[in-house]
Amino acid sequence: MDQGANVRRMPYTAWNAFVEIFMAIRTAYTANIEHISILDENGVLDEKLAKTASGEPLLTPEQVLFLYERMVECRQLDEVAFKLQRSGRLFTYPQNKGQEACALGSGFAMRKGQDWLVPCYRENAALFLHGMPMGHVLLFWAGDERGSIIPEGVKITPIAIPIGTQMLHAAGIAWAQKVRKNDSVVITYFGDGATSEGDFHEAMNFATVFNVPAIFFCQNNQWAISVPREQQMNSETVAQKGLAYGAQCVQVDGNDIFAVYKATLEARERARQGGGVTLIEAITYRLGDHTTADDARRYRSADEVESWKNKDPMIRTRKYLEARGLWDEAKQKSAEERAEAMIKKIADDALNFAPPTTDEMFNYLYAEIPEELRRQRDTLRTNSLSMNPEQARLSESRR
Amino acid sequence: MPRTPQMIEKGLTLVDAINEALYQEMERDDRVMCLGEDVGLNGGVFRVTEGLQNRFGPDRVVDTPLSESGIMGSSIGLALAGMRPIPEIQFEGFMGPAYDQLVNHAARFRNRTRGSHTVPLTVRVPWGGGIHAPEFHSDSPEVMYIHNPGMKVVCPSTPSDAKGLLLAAIRDPDPVIFFEPKRVYRSFREQVDEGDYTIPIGKAKTVSEGTDVTVITWGSMVFECLAAMDQLPDDLSVELIDLRTLNPLDTDAICASAEKTGRVVIVQEAPKTCGLASELTTIIVERCFLNLQAPVQRVCGFDTIMPYAKLELQYLPDAKKIAEAIGAVAAY
Repeated sequence: MDQGANVRRMPYTAWNAFVEIFMAIRTAYTANIEHISILDENGVLDEKLAKTASGEPLLTPEQVLFLYERMVECRQLDEVAFKLQRSGRLFTYPQNKGQEACALGSGFAMRKGQDWLVPCYRENAALFLHGMPMGHVLLFWAGDERGSIIPEGVKITPIAIPIGTQMLHAAGIAWAQKVRKNDSVVITYFGDGATSEGDFHEAMNFATVFNVPAIFFCQNNQWAISVPREQQMNSETVAQKGLAYGAQCVQVDGNDIFAVYKATLEARERARQGGGVTLIEAITYRLGDHTTADDARRYRSADEVESWKNKDPMIRTRKYLEARGLWDEAKQKSAEERAEAMIKKIADDALNFAPPTTDEMFNYLYAEIPEELRRQRDTLRTNSLSMNPEQARLSESRR
Repeated sequence: MPRTPQMIEKGLTLVDAINEALYQEMERDDRVMCLGEDVGLNGGVFRVTEGLQNRFGPDRVVDTPLSESGIMGSSIGLALAGMRPIPEIQFEGFMGPAYDQLVNHAARFRNRTRGSHTVPLTVRVPWGGGIHAPEFHSDSPEVMYIHNPGMKVVCPSTPSDAKGLLLAAIRDPDPVIFFEPKRVYRSFREQVDEGDYTIPIGKAKTVSEGTDVTVITWGSMVFECLAAMDQLPDDLSVELIDLRTLNPLDTDAICASAEKTGRVVIVQEAPKTCGLASELTTIIVERCFLNLQAPVQRVCGFDTIMPYAKLELQYLPDAKKIAEAIGAVAAY
């Protein structure tokens, strides 16, 4: 339709010229953002797009089955963790519900033990794929630093609570891979809100200026706690923010595991070949609350949540598998039961882990404990008043 | 850079000594990188990194974007991945944007991962006033980084100490902030050992031994204290301690001297309230109370914003103020 037809003709002025140029640039920016969608809400696969560059199937049905089972586990973990928090055994927990395809599709595209994951806090399934024990994650949310101990050989940085700061660490880790000529790529995760932080922009700038092998993966789940995406930014997409830095930018359906996997795989190969940085914006939705301390009903409508439930990554992945005879209700039930039993066992072990000693507070500040810290540590060990040794000595001598 | 005939004859400035330490360590360890604003081609605004890019190339001596949080955050990543980055923040007044990355990340990684991730980096920062620089170029924010656990803080006052402490800092497995008193950068030369040596972090230096009054200070104030001592009567014996490391403190050396003299003056150019001098005073009162002959005195900057060049010498402690404080404590 000719939109000009309904507009009253005005004399052409410099202002019109400006507006036209502005609109052209705006269109160019929007048009430059490729949007990938391969598996639709009904589980129908775009067979043409579901291929690698060399014509191989992007993901085999067996691989999808494997990933779907991980989705079931991740969703069950959310359920178990939620109940544990409500019964007072976990302090806080952020559910991943609705975003599993982001973590799994991207995590599966990265090579375990070879590539680095620099996470935020809503990528559980990717962490598990890359060797982070589930028990550690539960321990972390139970208020225990030992949950962030990264096992030898696992290339993951600890869960990052402050928003956006980890992206710079990713840029630095990727820079080191380039300097050392390692064949490793770094992926870092963050949300839509994090792109308002200065560190996002500094990290994008560093990564692209030094052309390091890094992937910036934005889980645009529409909400930063209570602030919607529209209030978070004036740009039409998150992906276009990367254009300013000369990054490759792509938008994917974040609830489509094929699309997420494809975009990440391409980004990884590009990075390996020195082709630089990719910003992936995965459009998804946080079906749960921000954390167990949040009540999303305060700021978003039930209708909105309901509309996203139809786009749930689990529903469409399941439909894909069912259409190929690889899944049914009985399998679903038994997979859920298996996952629940496994997670309950892991949670039991994690939550019954011997509590940390007070020494733990002091022992890891420095490689070697300084004298003053040693004194403070020893005082806490021996003196319930936690007085410093000098005061303790003083009170003894007065007795 | 290799020594020039002038350096061989007359000795090294603080700038020369830091440059030599960087040069030698980059030769020795290929994990070491220098990065920051203007540190490469330009050799740094104070020329501390002069010649390093020429010798080690632009991949190891890197001109970064103008972005302090970026410099610090990416240095953390480099360190996590096995490098030994030496980021430079051009002036201490520009540390603000890097504060979050330093305090909340560099300083915490070891603790929060129970030692499975560590951040061995050394942040070099020109520090302190007295060179008539513009605003944000003359502050002394060391206490911000001492108060926050997980970092070591070093502030040498002489070329020899700077070289040995910098080599120790780079080899240290934890993050170290290396404050370089810019007033001392080119104020004098001294002969510096050309070899590889370290000075342990956490050890103070007794600049001059004495029996009547202990004076504790660090950075460029060491030289104001020496000048103050010249103004005092010959029969007043002053022990001058240069802390060199501000965290962890050498409390044994501090207390040994305080117990010996019973009279203590602490000199810092930072604002008075909640400065390191306050902590030193508390340590001395807690541990040496019965040895004290006089109240501990502080000679500090004022609790003001560091004034611009025209008033900075009125702000900074000087020999006269320090000599008066020493005299008062001695006579108490």
